[in-house]
Amino acid sequence: MNEVLLIYATALLLAWPLGRYMASIYSPAPDFSRRGCGAIENLVYRAIGVRPDVPMNWKQYGKALLKLHVIVAVTAFVIFMQQGRLPLNPDGIEGMSWDLALHTAASFITNTNQQHYSGQAQLSYFSQLIAIVSIQIVTPAAGLAVLAAILRTLFARQDERRMTSSGEISVGNFYADLVRTVTRLFIPLALITSLLLAWQGVPGTYQGAQFAHPIDSSAELSEQRIPAGPVAPMVAIKQLGTNGGGWYGPNSAVPLENPTPISNFIETVAIVLVPMASVFMAGYLTGRRRLALSILGVMLALSAATSGLAIWSENQPNAAFAGLAAEGPNLEGKEVRIGASATALWGAFTTQTSNGSVNGMLDSFNPLGGAATLMDMFVNATFGGVGVGLINYLLLLLLAVFLGSLMVGRSPELYGRALEAKEIKLVSIALLLQPLLILGLTALAVTLPGLAQNSNPGVHGLSQVLYEYASAFANNGSGFEGLGDNTVWWNVSCSVALILGRFIPILAPLAVAAHMAAKRAAPVTIGSLVIETPTFALLTLGVILMLSLLSFFPALVLGPLAEYLSLAG
Amino acid sequence: MKHERNQPRWPDVQALAGESLRRLAPRSLGRNPVMFVVGVGMLVTLWQTGADIAAGLPWKFDLAITLILLFTVLFANAAEALVEARGRAQADSLRSTREQLFAQRLAAGAEERVPAQDLRIGDRVRVRAGELVPCDGEIVEGAATVNESAITGESAPVLREAGTDNSGVTAGTRLLSDSIVVEVTVESGHSLLDRMIALVEGAKRQKTPNEIALTVLLAALTIVFLIVVATLVPFAGFVGAATEIPVLVALLVCLIPTTIGGLLPAIGIAGMDRALRANLVAKSGKAVEVAGNIDTLLLDKTGTITHGDRQANDFLALPAVGAERLRDASLLTSLADPTPEGKSIVALARNRGALAEACPQTQFIPFSAKTRLSGIDQPDGRRIRKGAPDAIRRFVADNGGRYPDETNALVERVARGGATPLVVADGGQVLGVIPLSDIIKAGIKERFQRLHALGIRTVLITGDNPLTAAAIAAEAGVSDFIAEATPENKLEYIRREQAQGRMVAMMGDGTNDAPALAQADLGLAMNSGTQAAKEAGNMVDLDSDPTKLLEVVEIGKQLLVTRGALTTFSLANDVAKYFAILPAIFAASVPALETLDIMHLHSPETAVLSAIIFNALVIPGLIPFALRGVRVRPSSADELLRRNLLVYGLGGVLLPFPVIKLIDLGLGLFI
Repeated sequence: MNEVLLIYATALLLAWPLGRYMASIYSPAPDFSRRGCGAIENLVYRAIGVRPDVPMNWKQYGKALLKLHVIVAVTAFVIFMQQGRLPLNPDGIEGMSWDLALHTAASFITNTNQQHYSGQAQLSYFSQLIAIVSIQIVTPAAGLAVLAAILRTLFARQDERRMTSSGEISVGNFYADLVRTVTRLFIPLALITSLLLAWQGVPGTYQGAQFAHPIDSSAELSEQRIPAGPVAPMVAIKQLGTNGGGWYGPNSAVPLENPTPISNFIETVAIVLVPMASVFMAGYLTGRRRLALSILGVMLALSAATSGLAIWSENQPNAAFAGLAAEGPNLEGKEVRIGASATALWGAFTTQTSNGSVNGMLDSFNPLGGAATLMDMFVNATFGGVGVGLINYLLLLLLAVFLGSLMVGRSPELYGRALEAKEIKLVSIALLLQPLLILGLTALAVTLPGLAQNSNPGVHGLSQVLYEYASAFANNGSGFEGLGDNTVWWNVSCSVALILGRFIPILAPLAVAAHMAAKRAAPVTIGSLVIETPTFALLTLGVILMLSLLSFFPALVLGPLAEYLSLAG
Repeated sequence: MKHERNQPRWPDVQALAGESLRRLAPRSLGRNPVMFVVGVGMLVTLWQTGADIAAGLPWKFDLAITLILLFTVLFANAAEALVEARGRAQADSLRSTREQLFAQRLAAGAEERVPAQDLRIGDRVRVRAGELVPCDGEIVEGAATVNESAITGESAPVLREAGTDNSGVTAGTRLLSDSIVVEVTVESGHSLLDRMIALVEGAKRQKTPNEIALTVLLAALTIVFLIVVATLVPFAGFVGAATEIPVLVALLVCLIPTTIGGLLPAIGIAGMDRALRANLVAKSGKAVEVAGNIDTLLLDKTGTITHGDRQANDFLALPAVGAERLRDASLLTSLADPTPEGKSIVALARNRGALAEACPQTQFIPFSAKTRLSGIDQPDGRRIRKGAPDAIRRFVADNGGRYPDETNALVERVARGGATPLVVADGGQVLGVIPLSDIIKAGIKERFQRLHALGIRTVLITGDNPLTAAAIAAEAGVSDFIAEATPENKLEYIRREQAQGRMVAMMGDGTNDAPALAQADLGLAMNSGTQAAKEAGNMVDLDSDPTKLLEVVEIGKQLLVTRGALTTFSLANDVAKYFAILPAIFAASVPALETLDIMHLHSPETAVLSAIIFNALVIPGLIPFALRGVRVRPSSADELLRRNLLVYGLGGVLLPFPVIKLIDLGLGLFI
């Protein structure tokens, strides 16, 4: 328990100053990091042929974002299919099938890192480094860039608004936001973290696999092949950028990715660090610190609830042990050296932040622990993915503003700017998409025979499928596993959920922000809805719970809850 | 005495039932996405009932669901029909008035009798005592007393006169005395009477922007629940549980926001209806909604904040002038002055022994907003004026006199006391000052405090000088004031407020108010006012009561709060309905889920029926809320939100549990 509190406290204490620093990256005012990075950034701008100082309207910003992702996705797709013929392949790994390459590209450009393959066996060093690690740096940066664009537009005071040359509302410059995030935030942060991990014994090498000879001569194995590589930097960025895709298939459960209690502590903190810091950043960037604090409060409440449920659940004995003398926590699928609580906390964090890395098998969680991780992904705004988590939260906040304004007798408005049918339409589309894709694809997969290929029938099998799509849509990437998921159906259907689940929920709020900023702001009176108060925080919490609870309650009841009640009964 | 038009009439049950059935037509139902889904669901269960009967399977449960769904739609239809019917009764009486209107049109010196519909803009008609005014227009000749009770419900006669701000007459009102010539200013079919008929019938009702946004949200939620219920079928199939179509339809109807969906049209019409019962005719539903957003209220001092008849209570002569000279000069200027102020000066002067009478051929110079003074020109060339200090200063200067500093001291003394200083001058010589004091209406201060608690700024508009205005503003407790108001600076003030993003409401009657009324977000024109004012505003107050602005704001807020509160309530209800229906669906196939049946309902069938019966009954149960509106207490937004969240959010989650249980207990007795 103390460890859990210590992790929360450390994350919060680090997130505060980090958030303040992050705000300086996106502020127009000069900041101290510019001096060091300016020269490198200018080289990058020149190399890709863009101007970082031209203000963009939301459509131009969105187009630049999509263009970058299309180029990266196509490049990655080609690399994955052709990796057998490319250099840095000491272990002679073959190219991927088209559908697996498609899914892997989709999964990585959406900051999801859902893996239908096992990294150490199916990716060459070239693929890992060029395609995987570089995408793992760029995609969280893209998420943060869009968040910064939305924050500076949606909450801009009348005199803070910027215009494009054609007189439209400017949301910023995508290239500047993106490149600065990479050079000033992720590269330095990942460097520090990977050094810390290397200090704890995580490998960082360009040599091929190592070979060991078992001492136990009765083992049938005469020689053990231990894949290695530049693991430490990849683990650092996988945790910090809510990526989640590890070097090894079993992710941070493998001692080589996560060797010690200290590395586990560092990696757990690293999962929530940037998403938490984004909330502080929002406060400093917009100057609305009380709002940021109330958002942080709601997120912490949601986080504490599901982390608590997961930790409690995993400290209950596994149902298979019922009636046995030796009772203890549920250690199925967990590393004994990490233990039940630390695995449960990681499981909760990784789903709250749409990270997706694991240090144990989520599929083996007790039913309610599994339900906790599912609920985290349905909410998808408890800290959430880097950048996108807070964007999702803002979508729900807009709905709360709509209801709250009406309930105080005002036409809906956010800081004096009217929230009208046009904006509600965009918000509704983004919100509709979630049940449509998660429930719709799950329904298809369980209806069409031969598609699901579950390891379990019945209620747990349903949870597995539901989890897979929830994870894809939330851009989480973790899995309940147990699915034979490297098939054309799984690869293609997950790609659809991944891509729509990534881009619609960030582009719709960007459009809303730009539409709203173009409106005249009314002054705030005591008759206006105040969104910094605890009352409004409660309303937002209610809206979040109702939306995820009401849309996914039947699925949760039939999946994990039915399993829990059956096992309990 | 209020006319009975203002009493809500409850239409008889039979007519209401008929109307509710008529609205089952697909086209009528299609306008409301939520109710449309319920209608389709009902057809599905009806088909299922038929199929079961044909196959010899048990069908009574299916039929029960079908019937309850039918009633759900009927209740929603009834809510809308009920509100509209209350208006229709008013419309009928108004329409019969319109049909009996004939006009005496003046053409080439002769009069011809024509039906009122044939009148065109610019036509002149003569109306005599005892006749009904055939058209909306302005009196161009004469003055008359008019009974406007057909429109306002107020039977006390009012004076309407050519060339004043009270020159407007309305079709359907009855002349009680005299004879007037009216120029038609509104095309037939667009008069206030026509507008009221269209309004109360709901014929011209368009969805307001907020209503559209809410409908979009409700439609999105409906689609979400369609997905939830549709995907439940394969989920259940996968875990080996059977699902029945009627039960799924019941679940769907329970989840989609039928409560707010069913009551939304009624809430909108009820808002208009409440406005109408306060004798306010809005040109659109939007005008009522805008009222809830008003940040700044511009209020005329006279009539709104003070009683308006300012009384002279002293004569303050300059040291060099005798008190009697001032008294007599004041009397002379006011003898022909019809204003209450003038009359009070005459009364005070006579009271103090003034005997002067007007000599023949004296020319009276009436007060105008432009010159801001009045007085007399005598045949002997003597010119006496009384008026605002700066106007008199100019007058004195024009007559080659000097405006002594002592006057300023007197003016300031009077103004600081909250009275209006009226300076009197005889040619180039200033005689003194008459303080006119104003009496602030009882209860107005408390009313302003309520408005301030809702975050609304109040601005006093007065022709008084800044000192007087400040004194009265302080006494009445308004937030700001516009002194020495002219049509231009009123307009200027409104524009300035709007540039800061504020929504401004103002009330006016005169033609010179028209630009400001048009500029304001909510322009409330008095029915007694000129046609130009009525055209410029987006609402007309039939009572011509300046305090009405306060009521409009409250009605607008109520309208929005009612929508928000019922939406929250509707969504919050879903929790309990889930707990009733989900265990019922899976009772047979997944017995473990029995634990979820926390209400311990009688049987799966009664559980499903109880939930949809509750769902149906909530709609008529909340009609009174929709009609009356949720009470808006004057408190800060946060307090209001806390209260509504507690009542409609938490209440909405908790209330259905005991009620569904009760319905289930009742059903258990029969099944």
